[in-house]
Amino acid sequence: MHASVAAVQFQPRKGEIEANLERIGEIFAQLAGEEPPDLIIFPEACTTGYFLEGAVHELARSAEEYVEELQRRWRAAAGSRRVDVVLGFYEHESGTVYNAALYATLGGERAQLRHVHRKLFLPTYGVFDEARFVSRGRRISSFATSAFPSAILICEDAWHSISATVAALKGAQLVLIPSASPGRGIAGPEIETVAHWRTLLQNTALEHGVYIVYAGLVGFEGGKGFTGTSMIVAPDGRCVASGPPFDECVVRATLDSDAIDVARAGLPFIGDLRSVLPDLLLDQELPLPHGGRVAP
Amino acid sequence: MPLRAIRADGILPEEPLAIDAALVERWLVRFLADELVRRRGIRTAVVGLSGGVDSAVTAYLCARALGPENLICVRMPYATSSRASLDHAAMVIADLGCRERTIEITGAVDGYLQFEPDADGRRRGNVMARTRMLVLFDLSQRYGGLPIGTGNKSERLLGYFTWHADDAPPLNPLGDLFKTQVWALARQLGVSREIVEKAPTADLVEGLTDEGELGITYQRADPILAYLLLGYRDQTLHRAGFTYAEVQLVRRRLESTHWKRHLPTTAMLTNTAINEFYLRPVDY
Repeated sequence: MHASVAAVQFQPRKGEIEANLERIGEIFAQLAGEEPPDLIIFPEACTTGYFLEGAVHELARSAEEYVEELQRRWRAAAGSRRVDVVLGFYEHESGTVYNAALYATLGGERAQLRHVHRKLFLPTYGVFDEARFVSRGRRISSFATSAFPSAILICEDAWHSISATVAALKGAQLVLIPSASPGRGIAGPEIETVAHWRTLLQNTALEHGVYIVYAGLVGFEGGKGFTGTSMIVAPDGRCVASGPPFDECVVRATLDSDAIDVARAGLPFIGDLRSVLPDLLLDQELPLPHGGRVAP
Repeated sequence: MPLRAIRADGILPEEPLAIDAALVERWLVRFLADELVRRRGIRTAVVGLSGGVDSAVTAYLCARALGPENLICVRMPYATSSRASLDHAAMVIADLGCRERTIEITGAVDGYLQFEPDADGRRRGNVMARTRMLVLFDLSQRYGGLPIGTGNKSERLLGYFTWHADDAPPLNPLGDLFKTQVWALARQLGVSREIVEKAPTADLVEGLTDEGELGITYQRADPILAYLLLGYRDQTLHRAGFTYAEVQLVRRRLESTHWKRHLPTTAMLTNTAINEFYLRPVDY
């Protein structure tokens, strides 16, 4: 099995959902006209911009609304041809707002919303203030797609190694990471946060034998520059494609299931973890609910 | 045979002020282009050139971001300003090939100060700084441009600026760079050595330099500031080679000037107080 993926480094217009969807439609047309990918990944908060503060309540939409908009635009660009899309957005669901990403299959007669991931780890320190404005998700899931079983992690979700561990344990072979990372660190030729991301993604891919596709937002919001630097990392830990800082672009690669099998044969860590995990979870010193005991 | 020891000494990050100047140049040029043109639809920058390194660096960055034809550099001498300041500003303008205005502010400043003849040096300096900002905002209006700030992180943290004057422009590319880092960036941009290497001064009183007035050099103050902001304690800085007197001097300035880095304090009376409850980002 193989799949052609495209991570889009996207620069939104702040708060202008319609204009950003129009731009996404243009990108659809470009990709459909070149070598149509099987999967397109857009960054976190890409229809509105990231730093919204209280305006998030004015700009959050439902996943279904976005799927409808995306379907219309993909159909205009590519007709009935199918494509999977990941889109980071602020979600409004039953009166609650989340930082979310949807996974949908577009094309054909009807679009299919396969999954919505709601960010669990809401950065609320320094320049970040997410927990003040949005609610957190509660679950990391692996879900079926047109190609690889996949999981979505949004930005800080991926900084906690346990997130990708849970995704891999649940069967994900492809971890999709929409992100909006404001760059910091000027001591070396590469932005420090970009270097950290690369190390993190390479280690995560290597540990679990998974593909990682990371799509980064670009552009400046109130002085904060989102770095982009989208990356596609193979299950052996190699970064096979990456985008430059600050520029819009599309980062593409073809993913092959053989690479996952080969990587896991060489480093069978996820299999090892499956066998050891029950002992780890039964450890009563772990700060779990129920007074440190795992519920029977 | 004894084992070879490999040691890591010291707690502090070794080079808290290290910068890759080429990276910073690219980053700030992008910042200016994005914030001015893409977000605001403004293609013209207005920079007040003092003859010092901060405003020179700002001008070079603006010229890179917008093209020299879209940069207006403004020299605003007062009667007592040094000739060297004017000449250094002229060097920048000539090197960049940008547009230029020279507005003598003596008449405006003295027009007010004639009613306050006893004003001391600090007050006179503040009046000059605020007059210069009045000029920059007005010329920006005339040329359809935006005034660009030149304040660096060192002077912002030490409170060494005139509130609602030097800090007034809506965009500031240098505000997160310490003075010593601005020097490194200046060399990267090709700013004349004469400008980079001269003693920093507000040029308000003849012979008075920033470092003379502050009581500490930027070479000493900048790492102390950097470590304090990271959260290191005085004792740790002392062990790293800074005197308690130096650390205290810097800490006192830092901790007595938080107010200068904020908007005015507004009485909160409702659940919709602006910037307290009603929170919207600057670019929304």
